[in-house]
Amino acid sequence: MSMDRRQFLRIAGISTILGIGAATGVNSLRHDAAEASEFEPGPDALKAKRWGFVIDMSKFKTDDDFKRVIQSCHSIHNVPDFGNPKDEVKWIWKDAFERVFPEQEEMYMSGEMREKPFVVLCNHCAEPPCVRVCPTKATFKRNDGIVMMDMHRCIGCRFCMAACPYGSRSFNFRDPRGKDENGQPFIKELNPEFPTRTKGVVEKCTFCYERLAKGLKPACVEASNGGIMFGDLEDPNSEVRQLIGKQYTIRRKPELGTQPSIYYMIGGSENA
Amino acid sequence: MYNSGKIIAGLLVFVAIIAFPFIYSMGTDIVKPEPKIDTPVIQQMAVKQCVESKNFMKAEHMQLLNNWRDEVVREGKRVYVASDGKQYNMSLQNTCMHCHSNKKEFCDTCHNYMAVKPYCWDCHIAPKENNL
Repeated sequence: MSMDRRQFLRIAGISTILGIGAATGVNSLRHDAAEASEFEPGPDALKAKRWGFVIDMSKFKTDDDFKRVIQSCHSIHNVPDFGNPKDEVKWIWKDAFERVFPEQEEMYMSGEMREKPFVVLCNHCAEPPCVRVCPTKATFKRNDGIVMMDMHRCIGCRFCMAACPYGSRSFNFRDPRGKDENGQPFIKELNPEFPTRTKGVVEKCTFCYERLAKGLKPACVEASNGGIMFGDLEDPNSEVRQLIGKQYTIRRKPELGTQPSIYYMIGGSENA
Repeated sequence: MYNSGKIIAGLLVFVAIIAFPFIYSMGTDIVKPEPKIDTPVIQQMAVKQCVESKNFMKAEHMQLLNNWRDEVVREGKRVYVASDGKQYNMSLQNTCMHCHSNKKEFCDTCHNYMAVKPYCWDCHIAPKENNL
């Protein structure tokens, strides 16, 4: 059988198109069937467009109020206590007004106000600078506004720590599963339901995403006895929006444009 | 043939080096690893069935675990709908290891045999039998 060039090209072209078409058709069918029904969010999961906290500082009076809240978070998330400030790992902690709100410090402000302790944690910014700098997308913003860490991807470059204006991120300079000189483990009591971290990754507050998925409140909210309220900042009827609408609240360094999701009701001394 | 002595000696050395691993392990009995599933939780199950079929799990558990990881951490989806319609909470520590509480006899036997070192347990907490 003989064939001229025109015929050859026609047959070759048609068979190529048919081949590619059939392959993609079959592939896309198979793909859809597998993906459509495999994964679902839990039935009890709490949902929001943008999670946020309102922290009422008037409810934090004694040292115990702070300790209880910090302990509730650090114990369930296996946060290690390395025992020195240089290596410190913290998800939620206590700091003085002058360091939490440095731009709000006024001349002649009372020493008491300057030293007043505040609870601080990751602000879960709407425009998180840590997410912008992460080279591996190990830290990312979820659809519900939570700034999450994917420990599997973190390479420990610490760009996010440099980018975060709130000091909310801690690096594991040491192995969190190790022991100190006295043989005491850095994690006092392991919570077997939650992973630890490994040496060389950055960690921070994750808004208790694992508790929200089960329909539970974040641990700090539960332990705060009404000192910390949480809810959807984009829902005008939510508890947090009602509070922000009624009372005077401040956020940390809003002038940076990161749009923090943590609001503080200051309270101050008795007459404030 | 030129330099036949050197060439033949070289070939012999070459063959000896290549064959060394085979000759070395010839005497030893290499036992095929058999992961055990006789944990208390699995004993009590009426139908001893993992989230998917045994053959699928044998061949694809690493992909399955990778998918679970990405769905939970990155997409916030926690429920796995298996091919038979049953639903499972996607969690290595709380779901997989709840049944397979014998990590040493289950995970490690095969992984050691194949000389693969998954880094799951750098962060995830292994069941109690392993003293951390």
